[in-house]
Amino acid sequence: MPSSLAARNVTHRFGEIVALDGVSIEVAPGTVTALVGESGSGKTTLLRCFNRLIDPVGGEVLVGDRDVRGQDPIQLRRNIGYVQQHGGLLPHWRVLRNVALVPILHERPDARVAAREALEMVGLPVAQFGARFPHELSGGQRQRVALARSIAATPGVILLDEPFGALDAISRAELQEVFGELCRRLSVTTLLVTHDLAEAGRLADQVVVMKKGRVEQRGPLRDLVRSPATQYVAHLIERARAGLEALLA
Amino acid sequence: MKGNRWILPAFALAFILAGRNAVSQADTASSQKRADGNTRRIAVASKPFGESYLLAEIFAQLLESRGFRVERRPGLGATEIAFEALRNGSIDVYPEYTGTGLLAILHDSLPDSVAADPRAVFSHVARRFADAYDVHWLPPLGFQNTYAIAVTRETARKYELRTLTDLARESAHLTAGFTPDFIGRSDGLVGLSRVYGLHPRAVRPLAPAIKYQALVSGAVDVIDGYSTDGLLARYNLMTLTDDRHFFPPYEAAALTSPRLSRDFPGAVGTLTLLSNRLDEPTMRHLNQRIEVGREDVARVARDELSDLGLLGASTVAPQAGGSSSSGLWDYLVDRRSSILSLAARHLLLVAIALIAAVLVAVPLGLGLERARGAAEPIIGGLGVLQTIPSIALLAFMIPLLGVGVIPALVALWLYALYPIARATYSGVRNADPEAVAAGEALGMTAAQRLLWVRLPLAAPIIMAGIRTAAVITVGAATLAAFIGAGGLGEPIVAGLALADTRMILSGALPAALLALAVDGVLALVERLVTPAHRRRFFRRQKATGEARPA
Repeated sequence: MPSSLAARNVTHRFGEIVALDGVSIEVAPGTVTALVGESGSGKTTLLRCFNRLIDPVGGEVLVGDRDVRGQDPIQLRRNIGYVQQHGGLLPHWRVLRNVALVPILHERPDARVAAREALEMVGLPVAQFGARFPHELSGGQRQRVALARSIAATPGVILLDEPFGALDAISRAELQEVFGELCRRLSVTTLLVTHDLAEAGRLADQVVVMKKGRVEQRGPLRDLVRSPATQYVAHLIERARAGLEALLA
Repeated sequence: MKGNRWILPAFALAFILAGRNAVSQADTASSQKRADGNTRRIAVASKPFGESYLLAEIFAQLLESRGFRVERRPGLGATEIAFEALRNGSIDVYPEYTGTGLLAILHDSLPDSVAADPRAVFSHVARRFADAYDVHWLPPLGFQNTYAIAVTRETARKYELRTLTDLARESAHLTAGFTPDFIGRSDGLVGLSRVYGLHPRAVRPLAPAIKYQALVSGAVDVIDGYSTDGLLARYNLMTLTDDRHFFPPYEAAALTSPRLSRDFPGAVGTLTLLSNRLDEPTMRHLNQRIEVGREDVARVARDELSDLGLLGASTVAPQAGGSSSSGLWDYLVDRRSSILSLAARHLLLVAIALIAAVLVAVPLGLGLERARGAAEPIIGGLGVLQTIPSIALLAFMIPLLGVGVIPALVALWLYALYPIARATYSGVRNADPEAVAAGEALGMTAAQRLLWVRLPLAAPIIMAGIRTAAVITVGAATLAAFIGAGGLGEPIVAGLALADTRMILSGALPAALLALAVDGVLALVERLVTPAHRRRFFRRQKATGEARPA
């Protein structure tokens, strides 16, 4: 079941540095929201609040209308998919076992079956890839495995932290396609961190632009383009447009 | 007697020669009747130098000839170790010198009027030892073995040296080679400097085994020896007169534990048979047979007891073992069974200490990963332990644990902890951070992250730490011989004391081979615990010369 996500007036500090400064967002069940901003904008910090890798100092974080602070972090994380920039596959486990990790943690007897299905879903046939070790895959294949791992236990929510950030352009486009297809088929609530506005626009229903721990603007990309709320948002859009035009020229 | 050899201290090679068996067999019958109904063996020990080995062997054979069961603990550390072992009853008797007792143990001095009188010193020392430690001196054996400051005849002529006063006058031109023991002792160089004003140009610490060669080859100009050293005569060296009577009398006598007279009253009487029977020329001759003639200690001891008429009819014909002319290979082949049993014992010491260290240090390293603040202080503390010299650590053990196997195991165990704990901690702490982070984000518990991710990824590093510890332990275990734990250190210690290179090598070569073998076996274990992906990777690389393409 997809769950809604919400952050209400969330504040967090690392020592003296303010990472989140009264951030509020809403993500409707089954939709995709992209957090966009440069390094230090607080987007990853906000993402990590939802599975309690970070407990913010102020505000409320809700998953499925329940405050995460009342929930056991281990159980919470097992019910939320997670993909990080460099995959984080266990190097000493074969691909199939890596994908079966969360079902194994749930002690599901059909963990391998679930893993098999997830692998097929990201376009990696088990017969060919299931017995390989992560180092025997390309970067794009590794990220596909990480994606498969995040959905193998059919969670209601997936969090993705720059999942395509370390890939070359071709792998990146391929993976974005796989991801878009997954989102359509699975109906899972998705929160995606990226620094690329174009990627955010292509994959997300809602884009949240962040800067220095605050939300600059949120809404569908179309709305942001039509009426940017701040100069920073306008600047981001301008830059993305210039990049695209330079490519076409 | 071979079956339970591993529990008993293995005998130094010097003592394991044919003939000894015959003596003890001949005495088995009488031992049934005698031995005071006591099942315990009398532990006869020595310090690690030739004359001490010889006197201890004479004690041991004499006791055996009267039906006592004897356990030999030759070559115990130095004075402090041997005395502490005697005091707490780990050993029963060893040969000691009154001057050493006075200065090194009592830290005492006597008025000049009596300090030069051997009888006065003996009665003073004997009384003080009995009062303070309940340790007893048997009547003196009949000779003194004082320090002998020696130079070559050539040096003596060149600088006109006859006395220590002469030496002090010229000392600014001379390089001294003294045993480390002598350099630090108040009855050694410290006192000589005070009383005579002796200040050599340089002082080099030299092992007893090499100091005579260093002197003869001209590397040093003056050395400390003992007045009964056989090598003094062999090299025709000049002993300088102690014209101010600085050195106290060093009368040799058997020093006995509090338990000996209680448990074996007959043994005290037996050892007293030796009182006043050994004079200085005799000792110099016997020492020369050992140090220069490379004769076996057990045989020299038996000949002397026989000459003294103390062995009775059980004397056996001397055998042709231990001749000085055979080469190293023949020597090793001759002694292969004792070398094998010493090596087995050595390996056992290493294995027990290492396994115990693994059982403690690996969980410790894993635990510290969860308590990183405590990690550096604790691992650093284990590191400091490494810097304590082995001999000092072994000496600390004696008041707590006595001598023998247990304190040696504890010391080896302490030394092995550091490399293993350090490797375990570093290995688990640095295990692939992305994989660990993913494990946490997907809901692994701390224990699962440790056991499923960190530990398998760290396994090769932990094994490398264990291999390091194993090789260190094989080396350190040679020092266990100093506190009577046996092993391949025994021929090394005895060989150093007797300046017998073949004997040293008969311990050192097998120890080196053992270190290589242990390292090799653990390398195989390391392969087995290496995570599958790395093993595959390496195999492929080896087979094809490159990693498999993605």
